[in-house]
Amino acid sequence: MKRIVKKHRLAIRWFHWVNFPLLAIMIWSGILIYWANDVYKLGWGNKTILKFFPQSFYDALHIPYKLALGMAMHFFFMWLFFVNGLLYVLYTFISGEWRYLLPNRHSFKEAWLVVLHDLHLRKQLPPQGKYNAAQRIVYSAIIVMGFGSIVTGLAIYKPTQFYWLCAICGGYEAARIEHFVLMIGYCLFFIIHVIQVILAGWNNFRAMVTGFDVVKDTPVLSEEIIDDKP
Amino acid sequence: MSKNMRKAKMKNRTVEQEIRRRTIISFSLFFALLLLGYFSWRWLNAQPDDNGVPKPFRTGYEMNESVFRNVFSGNHLAKTYSKDKAVKRVRVNGNLGLSDSFDYKHWKLKVVRKTGDTLYISLNELRTMPKTEVIFDFKCIEGWSQVTHWAGVRFSDFVKKYNLDPEATMKYVGLVTPDKGYYVGIDMPSMMHPQTILCYEMNGQLLPLNQGFPLRLIIPVKYGIKHLKRIGTLYFSNTPPPDYWAEQGYDYYSGL
Repeated sequence: MKRIVKKHRLAIRWFHWVNFPLLAIMIWSGILIYWANDVYKLGWGNKTILKFFPQSFYDALHIPYKLALGMAMHFFFMWLFFVNGLLYVLYTFISGEWRYLLPNRHSFKEAWLVVLHDLHLRKQLPPQGKYNAAQRIVYSAIIVMGFGSIVTGLAIYKPTQFYWLCAICGGYEAARIEHFVLMIGYCLFFIIHVIQVILAGWNNFRAMVTGFDVVKDTPVLSEEIIDDKP
Repeated sequence: MSKNMRKAKMKNRTVEQEIRRRTIISFSLFFALLLLGYFSWRWLNAQPDDNGVPKPFRTGYEMNESVFRNVFSGNHLAKTYSKDKAVKRVRVNGNLGLSDSFDYKHWKLKVVRKTGDTLYISLNELRTMPKTEVIFDFKCIEGWSQVTHWAGVRFSDFVKKYNLDPEATMKYVGLVTPDKGYYVGIDMPSMMHPQTILCYEMNGQLLPLNQGFPLRLIIPVKYGIKHLKRIGTLYFSNTPPPDYWAEQGYDYYSGL
């Protein structure tokens, strides 16, 4: 017997789907800006493992020589990104949704079990609820990262007027690196998130659009089966 | 049981039908919003150009300016450094307004007063005034920054010395190179900031030609695009003076 069960509230779905394009625009315009002084790389000494970003990446996405447009977009959409994020955080706390979201004292151990399960190293999955332990940790971390992007962003945007923010970030250059690393973090999150959504299947994805989950109530047969055994 | 489920029961829909119905409604709305978002983005980027960027983005710059002007203060100083932190090889990032034909032997700073009268001030005259040193992290709008060492006449001292107080009540200062190839406009509060100098020295020596000899602007509360090299004319205005990079899509205010 199938049942329709409420899962995600309308507000949460709204914030999620509005945030997605806004974050994409922030990252896109941020890369247009970064291109003008693309000095970051992964590596040590003279050895470079990964340059941010390879020329082929810029060429493929038509990024070069759009610094002004990038800044114009970044400082336009930052408000929408900020307001949507702020409303999400306020809603989460006022509505009580935070209870499903914030990690609790079991989360860190359980999250490890979730990872082992997802890597096919362990059969049983720990209790899921609306969000499992790994989701709780990651989704909460994303909120902290969003806060970090706003703080480091303001520190870069007005390093003299918000000199204290700039100092908290460890200076102008440090704030720029942190802002960039957070962006890479969102991209990695996005990749893992999309893979997990695909693996979780249609019912889970549909819930993020429609708000409801379909639950199959399996009749309790196991006891009888055990009873049959001599 | 939810209100919707009760309604579904009344209309004799099965659970399967109800799932189908709600999925179709939600996804239709979802795609409608997706299209709305997509076309809004297209519309935004197709808006008429206003000095290098679509008009709404220019409006965005101006709104940001009106917000962040409120946090501006002459007491907020750009972080300063000791002399030994300043680099010896100062980056040269362009030669706009620095044409070869410049006659530096006869150069004098031309100041246009409110009344239309003009002052002509020589480098030696400026050098008799109190010298202000600024060693700060010069920030280019491209993203790089460099700790550099400059010295010259604080603009607010300059205003007092030449009795430009009536001019200082105006909203903007305009600066133009002798060849008129480069020009900037700067709001008065930023010009009157204590670290803003009419600069004639770099690393303790007169400016090199490629750094704007004989006189350039150093204004730590702005990005490098506003630090005009080789000042020819300085004037005052209540409307925003033309600004080279603001015409190319950059923020007119460009305040830090």
